[in-house]
Amino acid sequence: MKKSYKIDVDCAACAEKMEVAAKETPGVKDAVVSFMTLKMKVEFEDGADVAAVMKEVYANCKKVEDDCEIYL
Amino acid sequence: MNKKQKTLLWRIIIAVIFFVPLYLISEEIIHIPGFPDWALIVLFLIPYLLVGYDIIRKALLGIKNGQVFDENFLMTIATIGAIALGEYGEGVAVMLLYQIGELFQSYAVGKSRRNITELMDIRPDYANIEVDGQLEQVDPDEVEVGSIIVVQPGEKIPLDGVVVEGNSSLNTSALTGESLPRKAEEGSEVLSGSINMSGVLKIRTTTEFDESTASKILDLVENAASRKSKSENFISKFARYYTPIVCIAALVLAVVPPVVMMLMGADLSGHHAVWHIWKDWILRACTFLVISCPCAVVISIPLSFFAGLGGASSQGILIKGSNFLETMSQVRTIAFDKTGTITKGNFVVTTVHKSPIDEKKLLEYAAHAEAHSSHPIARSVREAYGKHIDMNRVTDLEEISGHGIVAKVDGVSVAIGNDKLMNKLGIEHEDCEHVGTILHVALDGVYSGHIVIADEIKENSKEAMAALKAAGVEKLVMLTGDAENVAKSVAAEVGLTDYRAQLLPADKVSCVEELLKECTGNKRLAFVGDGINDAPVLSRADIGIAMGALGSDAAIEAADVVLMDDDPKKIAKAIKISRKCISIVKQNIVFALGIKVICLVLAALGIANMWVAIIADVGVMILAVLNAIRCLFVKNL
Repeated sequence: MKKSYKIDVDCAACAEKMEVAAKETPGVKDAVVSFMTLKMKVEFEDGADVAAVMKEVYANCKKVEDDCEIYL
Repeated sequence: MNKKQKTLLWRIIIAVIFFVPLYLISEEIIHIPGFPDWALIVLFLIPYLLVGYDIIRKALLGIKNGQVFDENFLMTIATIGAIALGEYGEGVAVMLLYQIGELFQSYAVGKSRRNITELMDIRPDYANIEVDGQLEQVDPDEVEVGSIIVVQPGEKIPLDGVVVEGNSSLNTSALTGESLPRKAEEGSEVLSGSINMSGVLKIRTTTEFDESTASKILDLVENAASRKSKSENFISKFARYYTPIVCIAALVLAVVPPVVMMLMGADLSGHHAVWHIWKDWILRACTFLVISCPCAVVISIPLSFFAGLGGASSQGILIKGSNFLETMSQVRTIAFDKTGTITKGNFVVTTVHKSPIDEKKLLEYAAHAEAHSSHPIARSVREAYGKHIDMNRVTDLEEISGHGIVAKVDGVSVAIGNDKLMNKLGIEHEDCEHVGTILHVALDGVYSGHIVIADEIKENSKEAMAALKAAGVEKLVMLTGDAENVAKSVAAEVGLTDYRAQLLPADKVSCVEELLKECTGNKRLAFVGDGINDAPVLSRADIGIAMGALGSDAAIEAADVVLMDDDPKKIAKAIKISRKCISIVKQNIVFALGIKVICLVLAALGIANMWVAIIADVGVMILAVLNAIRCLFVKNL
């Protein structure tokens, strides 16, 4: 399953970091962050609990880039 | 400017006001006798903390979360290092300039992001529905299929539909890049995203919002930026390694040369000499850290691609991802489907030959005999006749499948069809040297000439091929199911380099595969089709281009590039846009990395100090961002 989220982040390098952080979260199959459209596309593993996984993704992103926001 | 940017701007302004006099005092340009050193340090800390507190905070958070090599950390270490070594002015200035750079970047990116999205913004905000004679604005999402909506002049059409009342002209430039207005009258189909220009239209909707043209295009454009190109991936990988490597190099630079110098027995007489050696090299290392921030490249590459995609879509060229922009620039072979791309796909009577009676009269007989047929060829005969067809004049109509039609018109027996029909009726007929489909006509059993029907070549096909050749495309090959002579004449007329005739749909795939084998090195192959029945070929080619695809789901799905109208000249334009974009990307990579490397070398040699480093860093970033925005200007390519 794929979902797209609006995000807010200030720099391109930080968007990169968010992408890596999201990708490494368990339950996430793949993630792409586009700094230009300020969107995060997340592909979940089969049977993943989307809400719980996204909570983790958010926490991991906050860790690498304090100044970011994901509109869940 | 948003709130965050405004706050940063104010912080920068106030910090500059503090900083300038302090700097002049510390450099002894302004003499204040007896000004204590410690007071200078304390005073310098005011602008430093004011402008840099968030950077320092992020750096500390980074350490806590194991993100050591992050640019905030680097800036903090570099500036604190400089201040600790007594270079107060430089330390504060670096932080100040870094923040100015950040502000500029954030502003420029935000602004171009808005510009580009506006360019692509065909999202309708509302739909007008008539309730009890009053117009009510509702969310287009809530309008059901089959509802009647009202579109006032100046408004966007929110949903696809059919006009049930009213006359107007539509501006479809946001969809197709075509600036000529399109007419809309009762019965015409209209697409969401076009703008109603003159009259009020009442429209019966035929799609839900999610299925409408506007939302499909929006979806496509929004997704485009998440398909990253090789250059983007290269840069993000590069950034991942570049920063740590420079940091380690800085550490080595700070420690190794002074140790070596001391071991080599440099003149160490006196406390000051040792201090000076260490201070000098640690400062060089701090300069390294300033240069280690990869911002300029990291921001300018995705910005270039995004601007390129935006620019292309403003011209009615939808490219589904940055990666396709990259492939597009390397296209050297193009395979074309004939019908609908090079030709219009509608059949037209081109001439009438060897008719003993008036040509108009012959067409009149033919049109009446063909009155009932829905075949495109019959339609073209009726169109050529152009007058009303009186069915009462036609009797004894018989359609002979695969041959033609026999009927009586005004009592005259008319036989109209191909060679086979004439042979069957035992009528001697003449062959035609013209290219196209030949319809023989016999009146009362006497051969009376033939009608030549051909598909029309698009007006700008020839120009389009010339433009493609000028753009460096080497092979232009037409693939068609048509007969050899038709293919040959079309190929010669529009200026193709090669053609393959009499292909079955499946043969087209193998033809493309053959052509793909001939593409060596960096050469890429594009296939252009009208999106009907050619999905397998579109996906087999390196890049599939569907044209005139507005409203065709299959084509939008299968193609990598979608041309919104059916002008073949757009192909050359798409290639030129992609080339421009790629060359800007390359310029930025080479320019930004080149300057960084030069600065690193100069810093290691002690020629470039921190001032040079930060000004180069911010300057490169500004120039790279401005250069990237050039990708948006593609109208005159």
